[in-house]
Amino acid sequence: MTKSAYRDHLGRPIVAVTGMGVVTSLGQGLSDNWAALTSGRSGIHTITRFPTEKLSTRISGTVDFIDVPVPNSVERSYAFARETTLEALTQAGLSGDFGGPLFLAAPPIEPEWSARFDLSDRVPQDQRRGNAYQQFLAVLHARPDPQFYEAIQFGSISERLADRFGTRGLPVTLSTACASGATAIQLGVEAIRQGRTERALTVATDGSVSAEALIRFSLLSALSTHNDQPEKASKPFTKDRDGFVIAEGAATLVLESLEAALARGARVLGILTGCGEKADHFHRTRSSPDGGPAIATIHAALADAGLSEESIGYINAHGTSTPENDKMEYQALSTVFGERMPNVPVSSNKSMIGHTLTAAGAVEAVFSLQTMITGVLPPTINYDNPDPAIPLDAVPNVKRDKAVTSVLSNSFGFGGQNACLVMTAEPA
Amino acid sequence: MNQPGHQVVVTGVGIVTSLGVGRAAHQAVLSASQAPAPVTDSEQFAPYTIHPLPEIDWSQQIPRRGDQRQMENWQRLGVFTAGLALDDAGLKDDAERCASMDMIVAAGGGERDVTVDTLIVEEARSRNDREVLLNEKLTTELRPTLFLAQLSNLLAGNISIVHKVTGSSRTFMGEEGAGVSAFETAHARIAAGQSTHCLVGGAFISERFDILLVVDAMGLLQSGETRPFWSRTEETGGINLGTGSAFLVLESLEHAEARGATIYARLDSVIGDRGSREADRLEQRMADLADQVAPGATGAGTLIVSGATGIPGLSARERDFLAGRFPEASTCSQAALLGHCIEAQFPIGMALASLAIAQDGAVCPFTDGTNAPMNAAPATALVTTVGHQRGEGLARLSALRS
Repeated sequence: MTKSAYRDHLGRPIVAVTGMGVVTSLGQGLSDNWAALTSGRSGIHTITRFPTEKLSTRISGTVDFIDVPVPNSVERSYAFARETTLEALTQAGLSGDFGGPLFLAAPPIEPEWSARFDLSDRVPQDQRRGNAYQQFLAVLHARPDPQFYEAIQFGSISERLADRFGTRGLPVTLSTACASGATAIQLGVEAIRQGRTERALTVATDGSVSAEALIRFSLLSALSTHNDQPEKASKPFTKDRDGFVIAEGAATLVLESLEAALARGARVLGILTGCGEKADHFHRTRSSPDGGPAIATIHAALADAGLSEESIGYINAHGTSTPENDKMEYQALSTVFGERMPNVPVSSNKSMIGHTLTAAGAVEAVFSLQTMITGVLPPTINYDNPDPAIPLDAVPNVKRDKAVTSVLSNSFGFGGQNACLVMTAEPA
Repeated sequence: MNQPGHQVVVTGVGIVTSLGVGRAAHQAVLSASQAPAPVTDSEQFAPYTIHPLPEIDWSQQIPRRGDQRQMENWQRLGVFTAGLALDDAGLKDDAERCASMDMIVAAGGGERDVTVDTLIVEEARSRNDREVLLNEKLTTELRPTLFLAQLSNLLAGNISIVHKVTGSSRTFMGEEGAGVSAFETAHARIAAGQSTHCLVGGAFISERFDILLVVDAMGLLQSGETRPFWSRTEETGGINLGTGSAFLVLESLEHAEARGATIYARLDSVIGDRGSREADRLEQRMADLADQVAPGATGAGTLIVSGATGIPGLSARERDFLAGRFPEASTCSQAALLGHCIEAQFPIGMALASLAIAQDGAVCPFTDGTNAPMNAAPATALVTTVGHQRGEGLARLSALRS
């Protein structure tokens, strides 16, 4: 291979994916997840982690099969991330210190209610005055609680991952809401293109489903209330869609410069060809109705990849199953893809795994790459009553064998967050 | 780690601290003949001392009441200060450059509803079905908009809405390290040509019981009688939290010159790291950072804006390292004057350093006695942050001489 074979259309190092790991409500590991995803199985279930009486939504895609020492979102998010990173590094054939930077998408952290109740019980009777936090402060000031402290620090998860896997430098912990996973990957791609590193560990994790999280999203009318048949609740692009299903999961991608990957004889799983982003100033929770920022994001990703929309063979949609997102996403996609739109398959992994929030962009990037590797398009399940206003080839209900060499994956989030990734098959 | 490439310059400074609002108020502090008195409040959150929010007319930067109502003070302060930075850079009304401007915000979490939390905690004491009570109370008592005021990335989201900064929007979290990473990433992107102009900063509010809890869960807050920064002991705790925000506009030199921007300083290098602080590991890591950021420097003509938290042992280790490594530098302890601002600590240090480099003449020590005065404007400034629990960062800014 000549030197130029390692450079992209702008002369930047080509970024390869050499390891992937994933956890969702469908299971642990890429192999189990892919088997479930391509057989159209849903991971959404009735919540058992906490009582759901009085809640309007009682279903979720929680991940309850990975042991944690203490039930809180830091421990869960760390455990999921640890497992997916172990899987990804094994696949990449890397052991010992990772030696590159860590970019972690992680959920914002707050004390668990169980921890507040526990603190409350520790307040002596004669000090039960003032607000709850004054009472907690009195308890903790007298006797600091390192375990509680670590469970409420935003930097706890990346700290532990950095120690465990020997990453280099100060890890970045980030949130771009539901686009976070894609942003973590984008930061890794940028670092390699900058020449700062030959490899980057990009991780996205979310183990933050709790009663308060459900209630907060419910108050914004964002969640499906299809409680009776959990597996049918997430139904992107249908007329009956009534909100997303909150879920948990994690994914890790090992990114390397193509040159470094091939030099060490690594197997290249795919190429992170382009990343795009554009913020929206329309509203805190709603996207510009004309899809302008989403369109700009997709165009930016294609331009970064040096590809035209004609070369995209499959779209891994954000596809949340909310009335507004799916409509806006269709508006954006159909603007970009024009007359070709009916011929480009578009499916939503969220129909099966729900919305893994912080992790979604990375989980869906892993599935996008796997789509190219296996030549199988995962379906959009629950596609029983298509919305005529969204005339997409949604790969309805059943997987489809189809070789694709380039995939576009969308992520949109509250706060005007939009990110888009373009991935291509590894160069033959 | 910082590659040669495009030069990165500071062209806009927005800053709010307990000492006042805006660039001019802080330039006055830096050029005063004697150290100003810190503004503190030891009563509202007794036994803790905090540095409060100065008086602010939010509508100066957040004109719509509706926007103000959608936020609590943490987001308001950040959005307000970001507006100051855009104004200062001459970009506030430049719709095109705001629409292509990148943004990185160092954020924690927003204010909780202490009243609702207290109600639930109190009622739960007499109930044995606490989780059901929780569902019931949260469903009926939580304000829907409060969720958005709490979400970390909604500070950036509100900057997009209010100031139309929409090139990109990224929120970094993780206490002090978030502020360091925000500048490290913005610098690396501009230097590599991945970005031409970027708004970078953070905000922090100490006047919150819920935020005091986050730090004092480890007993790290100074309590009881107010004590000068370097007179605090491990027994009385070390940190007085501050309230403040800083946003900087960073640009490539070409981009700044092409639009005729005023340049405060050049951001030469900024790097963060982390790891064990056992034995002399912290000092070794600081030395590695210094080797990369300011190789061979002895500190002549250099102002060091130290972000030391006030935790006695940790702050003394940083002070001793800096004195040994940069013996000729003048060091100012930011937290002694302004309190410790967690995610916003490093951004505020960067703002103060930029202003100090750009000013004429002497830089006032931040506190009397322990900080050596600087008799001329520094040619170079170093900004440090040693996180209260983890994470360290070091940046170097220089005067851009033509």
